Amino acid sequence: MKEKLSNILTEAMTQIEGANSLNAMEEIRVRLLGKKSPLTEILRSMGKLSHEERKDLGREANLVRERIEEALEMKWGEVKEKAQKERFRLEKIDVTEPGVPYDLGARHLITITIDEISRIFMSMGFSVSEGPEVETVFHNFDALNAPKNHPSRDLTDTFYITEDTLLRTQTSPVQVRTIQSQQPPIKVISPGRCFRCDTPDATHSPMFHQIEGLLVDEDISMTDLKGCLDVMAKQLFGSQTKTKFRPHYFPFTEPSAEMDVSCFKCGGKGCSMCKGSGWIEILGCGMVHPHVLEVGGIDTEKFTGFAFGMGVERIAILRYGVDDIRLFYENDLRFINQFK
Amino acid sequence: MLVPITWLKEYTDVPDSLEEYCERMIMSGSNLEGVHSYGQGIEKVVLGKITAIEPHPDAEKLVVCQVNIGEKEDLHIVTGAPNVFVGALVPVALHGSKIPGPLHGQPKKEGGELIQRGSLRGVLSDGMLCSLEELGFEDKVVPVAHREGIWILNHTVEEENLGSDFVKMMGLANQVVDFEITPNRPDCLSLLGMARETAATFQVPMRYPNTALRTTEGDSGDYVQVEIKKPDLCRRYLARVVTDVKVKPSPWWMQKRLMLAGMRPINNIVDITNYVMLEYGEPIHAFDIRQIEGKKIVVDTADPQETFTTLDGIQRIMPPRTLMIKDGNRSIGIAGIMGGLNSEIVEDTKTILVEAANFNGDAIRTSSKKMGLRTEASARFEKGIDPNLCGVAAERVVQLIEELSAGKALAKPVDVYPSPMMPTSCMVRASRVQKIMGIHISPETIRETLERLEMVVEDRKDFFLVTPPTVRQDLVKEIDYVEEVARIYGFDRLPVTVPKGNSAASKTRERMLQDLAKETLCALGVYEAQTYSFVSQKTADLMRIPPSGEERDFVQLINPLGEENSVMRTMLLPNIMEVLGRNYNRNREQVRIFELGNIFRKTGGLEEGLPLEKVSLAMGVYGKEESFYTLKGMFIKLLEKLGVTDITFQANETIERYHPGRCGDIFLKGKPVGTLGEIHPEVVGNYELDTRVFGLEVDFQKVMEAAETMRYFTPLAKYPSISRDIALLVEEDVTVGRMEQVIRETGTELLEQVELFDVYRGNQVEPGKKSCAFTLVYRGKERTLKEEEVGLVHNEVLKALKEKTGAMLREI
Repeated sequence: MKEKLSNILTEAMTQIEGANSLNAMEEIRVRLLGKKSPLTEILRSMGKLSHEERKDLGREANLVRERIEEALEMKWGEVKEKAQKERFRLEKIDVTEPGVPYDLGARHLITITIDEISRIFMSMGFSVSEGPEVETVFHNFDALNAPKNHPSRDLTDTFYITEDTLLRTQTSPVQVRTIQSQQPPIKVISPGRCFRCDTPDATHSPMFHQIEGLLVDEDISMTDLKGCLDVMAKQLFGSQTKTKFRPHYFPFTEPSAEMDVSCFKCGGKGCSMCKGSGWIEILGCGMVHPHVLEVGGIDTEKFTGFAFGMGVERIAILRYGVDDIRLFYENDLRFINQFK
Repeated sequence: MLVPITWLKEYTDVPDSLEEYCERMIMSGSNLEGVHSYGQGIEKVVLGKITAIEPHPDAEKLVVCQVNIGEKEDLHIVTGAPNVFVGALVPVALHGSKIPGPLHGQPKKEGGELIQRGSLRGVLSDGMLCSLEELGFEDKVVPVAHREGIWILNHTVEEENLGSDFVKMMGLANQVVDFEITPNRPDCLSLLGMARETAATFQVPMRYPNTALRTTEGDSGDYVQVEIKKPDLCRRYLARVVTDVKVKPSPWWMQKRLMLAGMRPINNIVDITNYVMLEYGEPIHAFDIRQIEGKKIVVDTADPQETFTTLDGIQRIMPPRTLMIKDGNRSIGIAGIMGGLNSEIVEDTKTILVEAANFNGDAIRTSSKKMGLRTEASARFEKGIDPNLCGVAAERVVQLIEELSAGKALAKPVDVYPSPMMPTSCMVRASRVQKIMGIHISPETIRETLERLEMVVEDRKDFFLVTPPTVRQDLVKEIDYVEEVARIYGFDRLPVTVPKGNSAASKTRERMLQDLAKETLCALGVYEAQTYSFVSQKTADLMRIPPSGEERDFVQLINPLGEENSVMRTMLLPNIMEVLGRNYNRNREQVRIFELGNIFRKTGGLEEGLPLEKVSLAMGVYGKEESFYTLKGMFIKLLEKLGVTDITFQANETIERYHPGRCGDIFLKGKPVGTLGEIHPEVVGNYELDTRVFGLEVDFQKVMEAAETMRYFTPLAKYPSISRDIALLVEEDVTVGRMEQVIRETGTELLEQVELFDVYRGNQVEPGKKSCAFTLVYRGKERTLKEEEVGLVHNEVLKALKEKTGAMLREI
């Protein structure tokens, strides 16, 4: 019997050693330790033996079983690792192949630019408000102190719907609507579409966008105007940016100024972008003319304010280097897609 | 306004550094258009005298000139200029000389032209005789006599000057600053105006011209009477008569100044009137008194349908209410715009009438526009001129005539000026100046600044009483004076402060929702378009809008750029189609695009006089993966993000712009808000696409009203759900929407979710039928459901489906 056990063990070791797959391992396990295995048979047949013999043989048989199990376990780990390695080898992919194409849309550059500028002013406490694109002559010109004979009122400059209504030429009428509907403190910006009779070419468009700003409160002065727009310029064009305010004329502000920023391409040394001057004109601004405040019944002795307006396309063209304003309205996806 | 610096220096002191001058003028409010330099790029050009002219042996149009340049030997120069003659004094470009160009009949070259000795048709030419253009003057300022030839000096020069440097001798080196004059400062459309700005900016004195006449005799009234019939259109008419006129070219110094300032010299009389206009800003006109009939000047409006021939020889029809200068019988000039051919100064003119008048700016502007004739004079009148200028300007004209020995001035003018313009004063408080500027500028500085601008400042203790010169008609209110102080003080000297007050910023709900919609659509792979608000009326036809369609309720522009931009858009979809078409024709295989913008309808506006204007959303897609359902799916996701619920679709076969079998109305809470569908193939063709296109347009105003971005917590389900998949065999015309409706109606509160997961048509089902597979999910809120109770409800659902839609349960 003992000899039989020793044969079983030797035979088992050979079989385990020869196993090369997880399936084969399972088969071997059943063959060696299953109900029909020679070892089980030996254990089963022990009933016929004497107590002493049984005890002795039992111990031997269990020892053989333990050694088989141990060997099986060791071999199992080995085979499993080998099998996994093989799987990984077969499943190797080319990581340089492209990913599955998911398309992400893109907002229009006009929207992006308005959003950027709005965020800056919102961080300074300006709310955003809007007005209609078709406006009254009153809101677009009269209330803004535009002289009756101002050339901008001409049919050659402004699109008219009737004698009293037109396509707004600026976002400033929103100023008027705000002043009419609200008492100070007033702190708003209004982005929107504007229209002027310009035949489209690389630098002109009959439709364009502006952002207008208005702040009316007690003791608002020109130094505040400078401070506020200086912050805006630094946020928009970088903290190195310097600003310069040149006196100018607008009917609805007085004193009026144009603001230049130091050229963000050359830093003020002079280059093609700033036409060698080191400065780039960005916006018009000034202290709100008392006539305009009076339209809203605002006490001009107590309250003062400033207003400013800038062209969105102009800022986008400068910031992103777009070389033709018509691209904004062609809506070629190759253009829109660049500003994701 | 072109300001030659050498001329300006006559009236005030100008710093030597042009750069410094320009920079400080900009900062005090006189912006620049540019700076032009004359006399630059000219080297080795000398004065010469033509001593002999011989024909060119080989070329009919060329001659060979012998030119004395003060050397022993004359030069031989070949020229094609027709105006040369023996004795003519000319600029000679020597061998190796440089001129700015352009050469006659050639385009201008960057860096100018190099002149070399060379052979011209077999004859050696030692250099070139130059025209004014070749020396850098623009064609439009070159005197007519010199235009088709070389520049021939019209004054005598001492022999010893032959060969001397031409630039130096003629004073060609000049800087001209081109100032941008804002519409509020017509007084700056003059040399004296810019000199006043210069004097104020640099705190230097002004020097006005001495206009005192030598003569003390004669009265213009002996020659002419003046009557103003339209005093509202002509505030003042001043006439001065000059006798014994000798019409000839004006001296070089005057011609040069006129040319540098952008005007073409004509003859001494015309040049003097132009010179004074540039100097004072007051347009002057001169008439040949022989042509004034009846010794009378009458200022009156044109006769109806009057035709009149202006100085330029063009016969024009006078628009109604055009102000005319007439004599006893007829018109002899258009007031403030242009003189008449019938009374112009000619070579043998002996006696002239010099007119300095003040016409109403609006009237001049209207007439000038209507007849399409804008002149240096009308451009000045239309902005408004100080009527007090007439006197001094006319005096300056006759004084210059005296000075240039061009005629004999009469001492006394005829001056009709019924209501003279008086200076007006304004109260200016230092406190107000300080408040607006935001600094504690001292009253003394304020006073001194205003005085620099030639204002009379009286200290009235609490305020200054300020009286500006009458040329400054822009100064009316206190704020106008604040601006004067601020700009001369310098905006750049003001400190930078942060506005006080801390208000919380907000976006309007509409703006917030539109931003959210744009972001969401982008995340769904849709691109944003921005298209013109004005379109062609033809878009309605391209979109197959029926004659009575509300999309034809166009807001029309009176003065569009062209038909293609003549009406305001009533819908966005045509613009979307155009964008799709453009991208398609640029070989883009797939496009998803949207626009969120305003549409307009003539009727229905909220505010009186204004049209209806509301926000609309349109989307359009094409490409091999796109379908009605991809578009619908994206739209539903957008609404989900906006918190818009209760959206239903209903087939609509009657909308002309869509495929009748693939179009639906969109309902929000049961009310129609838009349409979605496959675009009608004809419309697709109209926009030059050859693929299926799907589009939608909704009233975004209504969507925004229904939007809810606030979210509330719903407890997570505690109990397990039971799902049942069913496949229903139905007739083709039974809609999924209807089946879902029946399922929801009968599913009781236990039914949590219904979802369509497959629609099958084909071999396994009869023709004309389809199989729709749904998953129904049942769940109890407070307990685990038992199979039996779900079974009861589920059987009711199936029963109802069979009764109401004829649906038969099919084995999956």
